[in-house]
Amino acid sequence: MTDATTTPPKPASQLREIWQQFRTHKGALFGLIVLGILILFVVFGQFVWDPPQRLSDTIKMKNQGPSLTAPFGTDQLGRDLLLRMIQAGRVSLAVGLIAMLIAIVFGTFVGIMAGYFRKLDGPLMRLTDMFLALPLIPLLLVMVMLFRDKVAGILGPELGAFTLIVFAIGITSWMATARIVRGEVLTLKEREYVLAARSIGARSNRIILRHILPNVVSPVMVAATLGVAEAIITESVLSFLGLGFPPDFPTWGRLLYDGLQYLQIYPERVIWPGVAISLTVLSVNYIGDGLRDALDPRIRGR
Amino acid sequence: MKLRTALLGAVAAMGFAPAAFADRGTDGEVKLTFPQAVSIMNPYLSGGTKDIYAASMVLEPLAGLSPEGVLIPKLVTEIPTVENGGVSADMTSITWKLIPGLLWSDGTPVTAADAVFTWQYCTHPEGGCSQATKYEGVANVEAVDDSTIKVTFDGPKANPYTAFVSALSPVIQKAQFEACLGAAAPTCTDANNMPIGTGAFKVVGFTVNDTVSMEANPNYRDPAKPAFATAMIKGGGDAESSARAVMETGEFDYAWNTQIPPDSQAAMAAAGKGEFVVAFGTLVERIEMNTTDPSADLPEGERSTAKHPHPILSDIKVRTALSMAIDRSILVEVGYGAGGKPTCNVIPGPEGWASDNTGCLTQDLEGAKALLEEAGWTDTDGDGVRDKDGKKLKLLYQTTVNPIRQDFQALVKDWWTEIGVEVELKSVDPGVFFGGDPGSPDTFQKFYADVEMYANNSESPDPESYLSQYMCEKAPTPESQWQGENINRFCDPAYDALIVELGTTTDLAKRQEIAKKLNDMVTKDSMTVIPLVHRGTLSAHSNALGGVQINAWDSELWNVADWFRVK
Repeated sequence: MTDATTTPPKPASQLREIWQQFRTHKGALFGLIVLGILILFVVFGQFVWDPPQRLSDTIKMKNQGPSLTAPFGTDQLGRDLLLRMIQAGRVSLAVGLIAMLIAIVFGTFVGIMAGYFRKLDGPLMRLTDMFLALPLIPLLLVMVMLFRDKVAGILGPELGAFTLIVFAIGITSWMATARIVRGEVLTLKEREYVLAARSIGARSNRIILRHILPNVVSPVMVAATLGVAEAIITESVLSFLGLGFPPDFPTWGRLLYDGLQYLQIYPERVIWPGVAISLTVLSVNYIGDGLRDALDPRIRGR
Repeated sequence: MKLRTALLGAVAAMGFAPAAFADRGTDGEVKLTFPQAVSIMNPYLSGGTKDIYAASMVLEPLAGLSPEGVLIPKLVTEIPTVENGGVSADMTSITWKLIPGLLWSDGTPVTAADAVFTWQYCTHPEGGCSQATKYEGVANVEAVDDSTIKVTFDGPKANPYTAFVSALSPVIQKAQFEACLGAAAPTCTDANNMPIGTGAFKVVGFTVNDTVSMEANPNYRDPAKPAFATAMIKGGGDAESSARAVMETGEFDYAWNTQIPPDSQAAMAAAGKGEFVVAFGTLVERIEMNTTDPSADLPEGERSTAKHPHPILSDIKVRTALSMAIDRSILVEVGYGAGGKPTCNVIPGPEGWASDNTGCLTQDLEGAKALLEEAGWTDTDGDGVRDKDGKKLKLLYQTTVNPIRQDFQALVKDWWTEIGVEVELKSVDPGVFFGGDPGSPDTFQKFYADVEMYANNSESPDPESYLSQYMCEKAPTPESQWQGENINRFCDPAYDALIVELGTTTDLAKRQEIAKKLNDMVTKDSMTVIPLVHRGTLSAHSNALGGVQINAWDSELWNVADWFRVK
């Protein structure tokens, strides 16, 4: 450990070290593989699996159980569920990941600013409190209601809904990250190495980027993984209320909602999207766990 | 099946009648379940169907409606008509004769004063009576003598059977409600929760939004009825669980409003413990065409108003093509199963009133394509979407959030895409869609879309007021705060003239003929409304319950006195 601080290691070897540590975490490795498969599944699935999509062709095949022609079965309109899962997953995963990214970037930025600069602390944290106090779902509803038509007018109904939802979810879920990061920064900036850096005249942006940011990565990772799950679920809520994507645009949350009334007769309709959402959330959480361990030099050393 | 139960009921009624007094209350308890719990037993203070139906077991009107939509006497000796002198020749008054010796469940006699009081109760200026429309046009109600009620209208009334007819306007007891007039009405908790009535049952216990317990009315006019000693209505849950409670577990005898997907219906019926019964009223799921331009480019206040006719849908050929492309039988199969029938009419019933219009029932995709070509819509750039003068044939199709409606949207979009129409779908929260808030852009009245889908029905078997919705002046506009029933902004002077004629026609056959003509004018002649499915109310009853006759025109529990236990 002393070696590591006195002679800074080359970035490549540090990455390898992180990877070495990450590999020892079985759950994280498993999560990475599952998430990888899921992403491959939704991105390339349709190239491999492309059954007829015209309802006039499929309607005769409605309500089929899993079979060779339709591995996941078909729904009440004869649409192939495997295909629907692929299409839906693309949207759900994109919403989850991008909304999380927005929340993390924004939350970390606010957190570091508030923690590092005393003058900004008060106003930024009050802003965070204000956002935390806002009731989330009504706020989202109002946002979607007010801006949906305008955004859809510029970007088209589907991309418009996507942009708006991703933005709306991102902008309303950064607060936890900001608070965690601020707390962390407050203790970090009194550490000897930060004081040392400051005493030799390092500028604030250099201290933040070089010394503080790497050290807040682990709590941010944890917040981020939870954020993905939350974003996917919030999107389902919005779609459920009719304010998410257009109704013919499947997402995992919508498939789950649509399948609910058939739970007794065709349980697979709920199981497929349910399993997909659970797997995504679980694997992302495990990856986060593994990353936190791998990124923490104190654990990595052991 | 319906005929069989009807026959059983008739046989049972005949079998029990001579046995007289001994047969009342011999069949134990009948248990009903409503997906929405009953919150009040006074239909004058509630618009909820659940409350009106529950109250109909206790409170009765002077006359009710049979499953065929025909008037039947309840508290009166006969239905007054012009022929028997009950309705004055100029149609300005109607005189009802009470059955002699009629008693309330507390043993006091029912008199004409009770009916007069009922009218005063509902029309009190300070009270918010939910059924005030039933008494619209009534100038006076007077007690000619103890058993004769004379209702005078403020002008000739073509349909005088509104006040005191059907479960929506039952007679309440003057002695009990006397202190509850006007603003005091909602404060009379005891009277509202446990009204004294003339029905087959009387309330003995009421837990708001949960359970109503009843027992047989000892003073019911037929000494042999009801066959059940006690009755119970349990509320709560959802359509699925109440259907299951009757069809699979057998905990309940009757479940009202069990609208569940066709597959679930079939699975539950297969259990063999009960059956689904459907009341076909006038509820029609339809696609409404916007005759005005909803474009967002127009200034607010001019969108969807008569100032700008619709750029695409103003052409009847396009509207006809859109209707032809739809296969209504598939919609029924997917969405409603036994609970729906394909229809081309806005007025699908009762029998005499429905037009014989069936032209839309067969899907014709090729014909639809040809019509669009004829109208000048061709696919010049080969992208699968028709265009004309550089404008794409693109429609925004909105409806409420509802799984069945989303399936319909998907199917209709598929057919319309097939004939070269690009469709954008939108679903709105039903609370907002039907909320009528003039500030919201998403209400069905504002109609900021090209086509929209929902269901609507006529309150009474006589469709006069329902049809008058399509008059020019009833169009929602910014000036009317977007209130109005003419959702399509349909406007045809000939139609308005015919409505006026209907209002002055008293001969039934003639009225029916005019109604059919009006129905055709908005459907097949102009294709302004595209009816899709005639929807029924699906209820379920156990095989151990006999005498059930489903009724779409009155309370479903209209003949609860005749229900019995099948042994």
